[in-house]
Amino acid sequence: MKNNVLFLQGNEACVEGALYAGLDFFAGYPITPSTEIAELLSYRLPATGRKFIQMEDELSSMCAIVGASLTGKKVMTATSGPGFSLKQEAIGFAVMTETPCVIVNIQRGGPSTGLPTSGSQGDVMQARWGTHGEHAIIVLTASNNQDVFAMTVEAFNLSETFRTPVVLLFDEVVAHTREKLTMPEPGEINVVDRLHTSVPKGTDYHPYLPREDGRLPMSDFGGVHRYNVTGLAHDMWGFPSTNPTIVYDLMRHLVDKIQGHTKEITRIKEFFVEDAECLLISYGASARTALHVVENRRERGEKLGLLELQTLWPFPADVVKKRCASIDCVVVVEMNMGQILHEVKRVIHDGDKVFLANKIDGTFIAPTDILDILRIIQGKGA
Amino acid sequence: MAVKDYIRERFFPHLWCPGCGHGIVMGAMIRAIEKLGIQKSDIVVVSGIGCSSRICGYLDFHTLHTLHGRALAFATGLKLSRPELTLLVPMGDGDAFAIGGNHLIHAARRNIDLTAIIMNNNIYGMTGGQSSPSTGYGDLATTAPYGNIDPSFDPVNLVLGAGASFVARTTTYHVTSMINILEKAITHKGFSVVEVLSQCPTYYGRKNRLATAVDMMNFYKNRTTPIGSKDKEKNPDLIERGIFIQEERPEYCAEYAKLIEKARSQ
Repeated sequence: MKNNVLFLQGNEACVEGALYAGLDFFAGYPITPSTEIAELLSYRLPATGRKFIQMEDELSSMCAIVGASLTGKKVMTATSGPGFSLKQEAIGFAVMTETPCVIVNIQRGGPSTGLPTSGSQGDVMQARWGTHGEHAIIVLTASNNQDVFAMTVEAFNLSETFRTPVVLLFDEVVAHTREKLTMPEPGEINVVDRLHTSVPKGTDYHPYLPREDGRLPMSDFGGVHRYNVTGLAHDMWGFPSTNPTIVYDLMRHLVDKIQGHTKEITRIKEFFVEDAECLLISYGASARTALHVVENRRERGEKLGLLELQTLWPFPADVVKKRCASIDCVVVVEMNMGQILHEVKRVIHDGDKVFLANKIDGTFIAPTDILDILRIIQGKGA
Repeated sequence: MAVKDYIRERFFPHLWCPGCGHGIVMGAMIRAIEKLGIQKSDIVVVSGIGCSSRICGYLDFHTLHTLHGRALAFATGLKLSRPELTLLVPMGDGDAFAIGGNHLIHAARRNIDLTAIIMNNNIYGMTGGQSSPSTGYGDLATTAPYGNIDPSFDPVNLVLGAGASFVARTTTYHVTSMINILEKAITHKGFSVVEVLSQCPTYYGRKNRLATAVDMMNFYKNRTTPIGSKDKEKNPDLIERGIFIQEERPEYCAEYAKLIEKARSQ
C-alpha cells in the first residue's frame, strides 16, 4: 500500500483514471485549461505501446477517436469551452452511430473566448444539448481528485455499457487544484470492457439490432463482420433508411437506452441529508464550497445538508425529488446563472422554495456567496 | 472474385443519377482491389458527405460514412489504431477542398498511409448544384447564377505543397489507367491522393453546355493529356493526367512504431 498516494492536479487525476480504465487512444488539440491532459498522455501512452495524436483541430480530434473506437479501442479526447463547441457535430455522430468514447470538457468562463484561465460551470446545458437533434447523453462531474479519478473510470464503463459518448464535465478549479489522490489498486474499481458479438463468421451480423436487454454487442472494424456505420438514420444493418417505423424505433432506442437507465447511471453523494431542513444541491468545484458551508454550520447546530450531483445527465430527477420532499428550502450552488437550478425547479414542483447561490465573474464561489443567500432565506437580511 | 462479390446487392439500386461518373470510380476501385488480392475484411472505406461518399454503403468492406469533410480525420484515428488495415477514403471536391481542406493538407503533411480518392465533378451534387472550390471561372451554378468568380484550387499542387508522397490525376474516361493508378496508390506506403475527374451531367453539365455524360466524357478525352506530353506544350490549357509524384518518405504509422520503441526504452 506504499507509494500509492500522489499529490497532483485534477487534470492529472483524470489521466490516471483514464489509464486505469484502459485508455488505448487519445486525440486532442491544445486548449486552456485542459492542455495538461494531452501533454501527460503524449508522454504516458506511447510508453505502454498505446497511441496519442495531436490533430489539426478540435473536431478532427473528436473524429479521430470515433474512428479509433470502431477498431475496438477505448478512446478519449479533452478540451475546454470553444473546443467543446467545435466538437459538437462529431459528438452527435458518436451518439447516432452508438460509438463509445469519452470527452473531457474542462469548463472555463464563456461565452466565446471568455475567461480562458478561470473556472465556470456554464456548459451544463451545452453538454446535454450541444449537438443538434433529439438525443440523450451521459454527463458526469466531480469535485475533487479522488472523485475525478473515479468518475473518469465510470465514464469509460458507462460509455462501453451503453455505447454512447460520455462527457466528463469538470471545471478549471478542480482541474488545476493540487491535492491528494490515493491510487486505487488494480481491481479495486470495476473496469467494464466492450461487449463483443458472439455471432460467428459467415452468419449475418446486425450491428444495430438491440438485444432484449437493449444492448448492442459490437464487432471491431478489421474483424470478421463487415458492416456500414453512418450518421444517417439507419436500419439494423447500419444502412440508411427513411422508413418512418425504422426511424421511430431508432430514435426511441437512442433516448430510452439512457433515460430508461437513469437510476443505474446516477452517481450522487449525500452529506448530512437525513435530518436536514435546508438542502444545498451542488456539483463540481462549487460542491467543495457547499460542503465547507454545511460542515461549518453543522458545528453550530444548523440542520443543513448537501446533495452533490456527480451524474448531471440524465438528470437524477427521482433522487432530487425524494430528497427535497420534506425540506423547507433548497439552495442550488453553481457557477453559472442557474442551469441546474432550472432542472431542480422542474422536478420538485415547488419552485418557491428553491434558491440560487452562484458566481459568474470568473472568481471561485466563496462560502459567503452561499451564506448571504441563506441569511436572506432565514430572514436575517443580507 | 467477380465485381458483384465486392458489393452489397441488398442496398441497390444506388442513388446516383443516370450518367454519373461515380459508379465508374467504384468499379475501378473494386477492380484495383481484386487485382491486388486484398482480403475484404482487411479493407476499410471511410467517406464524408456528398454523392461520392455514398459509395461506402455499396461496398462489402468495413465502411464508415461520416461527416461532411471529416472523412480523413476519422480515417486517421482508425488507421493509427489498426495500421495493418488498408484504408480508402473516397471524397468529393466540396468535401475534400472546401469543408475538409484542413484535414486534406494535414493528412498529406503526416504522410499517413491512406488513399484519398477525390471524385472531382466541379460542383456540389447532393445539394443540387452549388459552386465548389473546383468550379471554373465563369461556370454557372445555383449559387453562381451570374457566373463563378472564385478562382479554383489546383488540387494537385495543393497536396504536393502539403507533402503528399503520391499524387495522381485520372478521369472516368480513362478507366484502364484509373485502375492502374489506384493499384499503385493503394500499394504506396504513405498518403496517396488520386483526383478523378468524374462527370455530373445533372447539375454541372446541364448548366455549362455539356448536357450529357457522353459530352462530358468527350471533354475528359479531348481536354486532358498525359503528363509531359507534346500536346501540353502546344496547348497549355490541357489538363495533365497521370502520376505526378510517387516517392518513398517516412510514413506516419511506421514513425509512430519507432516512437513507441523510443518511449518504451526511456
